Amino acid sequence: MADLKRTALYDSHLKWGGKIIGFAGWELPVQYEGLVPEHHAVRNNAGLFDVSHMGEVSVKGKEATAFVQYLVTNDVKVMADNQVIYAQMCYENGGVVDDLLVYKFDNDEYFLVINASNVDKDYAWMVEVAAKFDVALVNLSPDYSELALQGPKAQEILQKLTDTNLDEVGFFFLKRDVNIDGINCLISRTGYTGEDGFEIYISHEDAPKMWDSILNIGKDLGVKPVGLGARDTLRFEATLPLYGQEIDKDISPLEAGLGYFVKLDTDDFIGKDALVKQKAEGLKRKVVGFEMIGKGIPRHEYLVFKDGKEIGVVTTGYKSPTLDRTIGLALVDAEYSKMDEEFEIQIRNKMSLAKVVSKRFYQKQYKK
Amino acid sequence: MKIVEGLYYTEEHEWVKVEGEKAYVGITDFASHQLGDIVFVELPEVDAELAKGDTFGVIESVKAASDSYMPVSGTVVEINEALEDEPELLNADAFENWMIAVELKDESELEELMNASEYEEFCNKEE
Repeated sequence: MADLKRTALYDSHLKWGGKIIGFAGWELPVQYEGLVPEHHAVRNNAGLFDVSHMGEVSVKGKEATAFVQYLVTNDVKVMADNQVIYAQMCYENGGVVDDLLVYKFDNDEYFLVINASNVDKDYAWMVEVAAKFDVALVNLSPDYSELALQGPKAQEILQKLTDTNLDEVGFFFLKRDVNIDGINCLISRTGYTGEDGFEIYISHEDAPKMWDSILNIGKDLGVKPVGLGARDTLRFEATLPLYGQEIDKDISPLEAGLGYFVKLDTDDFIGKDALVKQKAEGLKRKVVGFEMIGKGIPRHEYLVFKDGKEIGVVTTGYKSPTLDRTIGLALVDAEYSKMDEEFEIQIRNKMSLAKVVSKRFYQKQYKK
Repeated sequence: MKIVEGLYYTEEHEWVKVEGEKAYVGITDFASHQLGDIVFVELPEVDAELAKGDTFGVIESVKAASDSYMPVSGTVVEINEALEDEPELLNADAFENWMIAVELKDESELEELMNASEYEEFCNKEE
């Protein structure tokens, strides 16, 4: 696998039985024991993910708040210190540059977490936007390892390794300088699975020790290492979008159904005018949930038809391990987005019937 | 890893079991393990005439869809309909649960396939 980067946990993955594939420029485990048992481990107990491929950018300066406010769709200026929010960065036309987590340390310092496949593009975009602001940006992506411990037993497991009372870290809040297993970390109660859990940012040299400590101390509580395969099925069931599928440079956050994270009634941000216009004119396309009535598994990029006319495309689809239903998300012409609307998915050379259902497939189990 | 004596094997991990004029085709234990939890199996129509190397079916795990290829040329005379409702049978026992039965077009094609010990050696190299 030429030109692929390895995380600091590469050897740990081999040791724990990971099956390595290329993903977003990185060599990462697609699974260890198997996608389905790993998926269930996260829903029922806990799972540990290596998400070191994610990118991190530090924003510091007098105008840090104003800069981030202008950069992203969500309202940053109402954030408390140590709060985290989810947001998108848009182009002027309302298409998405990337989705990200905004970590606020204080008014003058933020930490932005972005997708691995977009790090170079995002950082260049941020630098361009930052020219008008009194801020300093640093791409910290090469400097951090990141672990995600997710599942109903995540807190119980992590608590065994730290004296910090983890109840102090609320949903979508962060805490810096937490000592876990003797290692200084930044942690947040965030994740990409629909379960309670934590994301942990640490140095590369400490990552393998932390990895083993969590898996060993959590063994009796059922923690398992989890690969990219289950990471995708978990985020999909919880209707968490994936860049390049539900959102993209050509798909706006409104079309993706992420309007909650787009605050059109606040200060200017890039793409606001286009999104205000899009909303006023009515959405022409929408991401909908659907369930298969006919046979087959819908997959990303399969086409959607109504009466022989192409009306959209599947963004993600699976036989859901938790729900045992064959479901998907599709970007379709808005007139076909009503509940119970039927359309066909082209699966190889056959058309298979599907109907629109609520896309809240799995009820998120956050600790709020 | 289970390998059954007396069958013919392909490098794509299909097996062929010949019973008179008829040959049963399935995937191997090795393949079912590589695929993981199988959630859907698509089979051809009965009477379909397929050439060696043609796709005769699709096996889907949670993660992805994989094609199955004809080890030999022939006409499909029977499909294992049980797999349409219970695709997980392929995980439970890939050798017991054949996918299709074909009427062989050219028995000499069998000679190009591997026997059990050759296949075992082949799998050891792949792992």
